[in-house]
Amino acid sequence: MTDLLKVRNLKIGAHVVPPQGKPFDIEIVHGVSFDLAKGRVLGLIGESGAGKSTIGLSALAYGRGGVEITGGEVSINGRDILKGSLGDLRKLRGHEVTYVSQSAAASFNPSKRLMDQVVETCVRHKLCSRSEAEARAVTLFEKLGLPDPQNIGSRYPHQVSGGQLQRIMTAMALCPQPDLVIFDEPTTALDVTTQIDVLAAIKDAIHDTGVAALYITHDLAVVAQVSDEIMVLQHGNTVEHGETGQIINRPKEDYTRALVSVRSIEHEEKAPTDAPVLKIENICARYPGLSADVVKNIDVELHAGQTLAVVGESGSGKSTLARVITGLLPPHTGKVIFDGRPLSAELAERSKEDLRELQMIYQMADVAMNPRQTVAGIIGRPLEFYFGLKGAARDKRVNELLEEIELGPEFRDRYPAELSGGQKQRVCIARALAAKPKLIICDEVTSALDPLVADGILKLLLNLQKIEGVSFLFITHDLATVKAISDSIAVMYQGEVVRYGAKSKVLAPPFDDYTDLLLSSVPEMKLGWLEDVLAHRKMESAGN
Amino acid sequence: MSFLVVKLVSQRIALGLMLLLAASALIFVGTQMLPGDVAQTILGQTATPEALANLRAELGLNEPALSRYFSWLGNALQGDLGTALTNGKDIAESLSGRLGNTLFLAACAAVVSIPLAIILGLLAVRFRNRWPDKMISAVTLATISVPEFILGYLVMYLVAVKLRWLPSVSIVRPEMDFLDRIEAIAMPVIVLTFVVLAHMMRMTRAAILNVMESAYIETAELKGLSAFRVIASHAMPNAIAPIVNVVMLNLAYLIVGVVVVEVVFVYPGMGQYLVDHVSKRDVPVVQAAGLIFAAVYIVLNTTADIIAILANPRLRHPK
Repeated sequence: MTDLLKVRNLKIGAHVVPPQGKPFDIEIVHGVSFDLAKGRVLGLIGESGAGKSTIGLSALAYGRGGVEITGGEVSINGRDILKGSLGDLRKLRGHEVTYVSQSAAASFNPSKRLMDQVVETCVRHKLCSRSEAEARAVTLFEKLGLPDPQNIGSRYPHQVSGGQLQRIMTAMALCPQPDLVIFDEPTTALDVTTQIDVLAAIKDAIHDTGVAALYITHDLAVVAQVSDEIMVLQHGNTVEHGETGQIINRPKEDYTRALVSVRSIEHEEKAPTDAPVLKIENICARYPGLSADVVKNIDVELHAGQTLAVVGESGSGKSTLARVITGLLPPHTGKVIFDGRPLSAELAERSKEDLRELQMIYQMADVAMNPRQTVAGIIGRPLEFYFGLKGAARDKRVNELLEEIELGPEFRDRYPAELSGGQKQRVCIARALAAKPKLIICDEVTSALDPLVADGILKLLLNLQKIEGVSFLFITHDLATVKAISDSIAVMYQGEVVRYGAKSKVLAPPFDDYTDLLLSSVPEMKLGWLEDVLAHRKMESAGN
Repeated sequence: MSFLVVKLVSQRIALGLMLLLAASALIFVGTQMLPGDVAQTILGQTATPEALANLRAELGLNEPALSRYFSWLGNALQGDLGTALTNGKDIAESLSGRLGNTLFLAACAAVVSIPLAIILGLLAVRFRNRWPDKMISAVTLATISVPEFILGYLVMYLVAVKLRWLPSVSIVRPEMDFLDRIEAIAMPVIVLTFVVLAHMMRMTRAAILNVMESAYIETAELKGLSAFRVIASHAMPNAIAPIVNVVMLNLAYLIVGVVVVEVVFVYPGMGQYLVDHVSKRDVPVVQAAGLIFAAVYIVLNTTADIIAILANPRLRHPK
């Protein structure tokens, strides 16, 4: 077997220009080597900052932002692509090597028809005639399971769904019949029930066309389904490289073992108390100017010191429910009863005490903090606002809170930009805790974090619940998170709660159709899981 | 064409008409508030009170302001802009030829400057932060920074005095044919191009650079497309709205703001006429010119809005 892609001692650096201070250079990939044979699929896995996308793009001799390949060798079909001219690179890109990005929605030009974009490479590189390229594209659309393959190309990107766009992007990458496709987190931005279909479509397309692929993801369970071999990366170094079965079942390195066993937090569910801290009664709400309700007839309750997980896919209305509870979107029917008293529907009519007792933590910790305030300023603000703490008393309380979130007083004078993603989220948790709330609404607080960091945040939240007795309303799309943290669960679908109850009941059969689909779509760290699920679904639909 | 687009476009047009009405009211009120009495101005300081009273009655100045406004507006809509106080001539008649000259000059300047500005903008993006970009920026900024009358005299000195290619004034007469007219206005066109180029070029550059940050530009680069195709075919169509906006503002300037250049080159456009009559406080002429200029601004900006709506694929092709 001949090697299609050969990477030797690849070093990649970045030129960093900080807002203040002098620009400097750092190295982000420190001498990585690997080979990829024709028709094989290599999974690159690691957390953010591991350098996996950077390595993937180096096969196109491309660096994002200030990223530059500083050393080593990358050859494709025996040619060192780092030594070629710009004209040689243009022939390589889009012809021999193509790229599928994480967010197809952002990666398609909004003002051009899909077909024009899909066939552009073939036409511009004069690989074949336009009509032939369109015929190829239609065949690929069909293979990837897109509806109406003959005509879908005449639409604009905003006229098709996210899952469909990701498939069309795959078709766009395969249309010039490349030797190698770089898949950069192609299913990460999708809902779990959409991910499984797109994953199956990509896998079939790779298999049928015999193309080689680099499959980049942070989700080991996903990559286990599509790749022949896996390379684990951390901080720009190779940790382990082996056949998929070996990495999943017999990992050699500690870091790989940690990745394999991630999301294994055990949490015993607590029995409901008699006094719920939050009671949502028959809530219906819609956004101004719209004629349909975004959430319909919601009836759930949350008990003191417990966690209610609201789980659903994008557009299911779970964040809207949070807006109703916080008063940002007054409902037209129903009421919210908090700690035995009804809350005013409008935020402006709520008392300072109401505001204090109900806090919120957001998905994007970076934008939820003022970048020009120090950590002490951010955490100290609610202390001053709600309790009038000043000077030494405030400093003391800030330090206590920093200890509670396992950061320590040495973080007091840092700015948000000087914190990692997980540390930022911890500061946001401390800010919410500073108000001594009864209830904290957590809106996808771990979604933007790497799995290991997310696990740390979940453990912290569980621990804080034990100490402070605070209740959590936990909004998430991630079922592993739900299993890890909740006492009761509400499953939302198209604005309604389709299943609600104690965790043990909700996650036990018999399931309703939607919950079954949702639960069975979560990738498992097991070879052949994808085929098993799809075969099972096929059998069931044949049985019906 | 979708229903949404038709709705949005008709909203813009209705808004434009309302704005025009408001502008006309503002112009009327503004001229009424000017100190002095029209009858006194016409007859001079020595006029008798009876003569003044007679003239006021004749001019309809004793009517309430509201009814005078409506009769002025009604007449203006029918093309009757009244008569000038200073020479008693029909304003519409005196203006039409001059307005035509001004529009001709503006159109020629636009035909030269708009494509030039966009091409320079594209070049600046293609070679961003390299010497072509810096040179384009420096030259266009220099030309916009020099006052236009100095630019006018500089061009006149070079082209007419030193090189002797063209006469130093831009007089056009009705009997001149198209080519002669073009030759006559070549110098003011050069000056106006210098004046409006920088603004449009820099906006084109900024708008396209903004789009160049998008993920779909990376997609286009990774397809191995040439740098110019990435800019012109992938970035430019998504930067239309801001570019059109600034182009229209400059078009409006070319029509409304050319007074100085017209005076420098003795060009018989609106500018010279307006300066003459404003200095003599000829209220009907001021009102008429104000109305025309307001209409120019509103029509051009409404056009920019409509183009921006039509350029948005989400509005043109709803789900």
